[in-house]
Amino acid sequence: MWSLLRYFYRHHVLILFILLEVAALFFLFSRNNFQRAVFLNSANHISGNIYARYNSVVNYFRLTSVNKELADENARLRQALYATAGDSIPADSSLIPEILVAGNYDFVAARVINNSVNRQYNYLTLNKGARHGVRPDMGVATVDGVVGVVLNVSDSYSTVISLLNQRWNVPARLSRNSYFGPLSWDGKDYRYALLNDIPFHVELQEGDTIVTSGYSSIFPEGLMLGVIDSFSKEGGDNFYYIRVKLSVDFKALTYVEIIRNKQAGEIETLEKLSGDDAGLD
Amino acid sequence: MMRVWIKYIIMFIVVVLLQVLLFNQVQFSGFVNPWFYILFILLLPVSTPGYAVLLLSFLLGMAVDIFSDTPGLHTAAALVPGYFRASVIRMLSARESEQSDYPGLMQTGFRWFVSYAAILILIHHFVLFYLEVFSFAGFFRTFIRSIFSTAFTLFVVVLSQYLVFRD
Repeated sequence: MWSLLRYFYRHHVLILFILLEVAALFFLFSRNNFQRAVFLNSANHISGNIYARYNSVVNYFRLTSVNKELADENARLRQALYATAGDSIPADSSLIPEILVAGNYDFVAARVINNSVNRQYNYLTLNKGARHGVRPDMGVATVDGVVGVVLNVSDSYSTVISLLNQRWNVPARLSRNSYFGPLSWDGKDYRYALLNDIPFHVELQEGDTIVTSGYSSIFPEGLMLGVIDSFSKEGGDNFYYIRVKLSVDFKALTYVEIIRNKQAGEIETLEKLSGDDAGLD
Repeated sequence: MMRVWIKYIIMFIVVVLLQVLLFNQVQFSGFVNPWFYILFILLLPVSTPGYAVLLLSFLLGMAVDIFSDTPGLHTAAALVPGYFRASVIRMLSARESEQSDYPGLMQTGFRWFVSYAAILILIHHFVLFYLEVFSFAGFFRTFIRSIFSTAFTLFVVVLSQYLVFRD
């Protein structure tokens, strides 16, 4: 008994190290459930507050480019308004996808208070939270295109899984011929992502536009993702290797919009029904 | 004693804030990420008991994790240099008889501090980057990332010794 205790005492540092390491690895690998439940994320009160304060200082230095962005957006919206004022909505307008006009979606404007592009799993923190009607699994976009999806929400902040995160991919399609596949990030360059599962018989061109497919209730159909930068046939594979130049500049994100699908609940309930059905047989 | 505590509490806060507000925003082509916060573990008094170093490494990693939305990643990575710190100090100090309790650059000399910092930063960065990727698929890429980031962190840590945290 004594020798056992002495053994533990002699190796107490090693034992403590192993215990703490196991705890840390548990946090790391059970993150999906855990992170939602516990406040171990930057949406919590203290870190959200620090980021918001820090950001209100740093933002002054970015005002010029933000102003320019807003002016550009204004110009585009006005143009779209004039285009629609005459007659009905242009069928190929990528600026205002039809579904937006139908009023299924509304938007919450938010400011990005923390952002990264240099990890393998990048996240953003926004200054809007449950108080402003933000819920997990809502889409986040700018005028340029898709940014990510809301992961956690606290009272006045929320964290977002960036498109630049290998744990998430966006259902995408080619806007020219509607072939679809997931758009994912390979963790290398924040300006490029990969479009997967496009078979060899599809005709591609550099510069083809990639948009959201609308196969999930998170994003409306036809939201801009990027354009094809290059594509090749890799040996031993049945699908193209397609590099997509992302339309959003993730390094210069300041203001984003959180997309709220008014019918998300209805769609999910419906899909759950068919899910239950599949489980029966 | 009280003064030492207050000094290290302030250092803890300063290091975490510098990391999340300054160094996390430094992004050289997504390849070089300085993880400066390890400086806190480096600068703990030599006589700090092993269990205290581990507990402080755990808290430090957790603080950085909370800000970076990476639960467990930095906690797991910071514990490893925390554990090996004592052995590295013993290994490097074998021949020196008299040494200051505070392992800063001014107190221990340039060569001692740089080798001490380099070994621990290298261990930390390797664990961190491989845990982050969690596959050996991009083995070489991650290897290069760890080496480059180690060099950058080491540079910042040595620089910090001339500017602040002098004693």
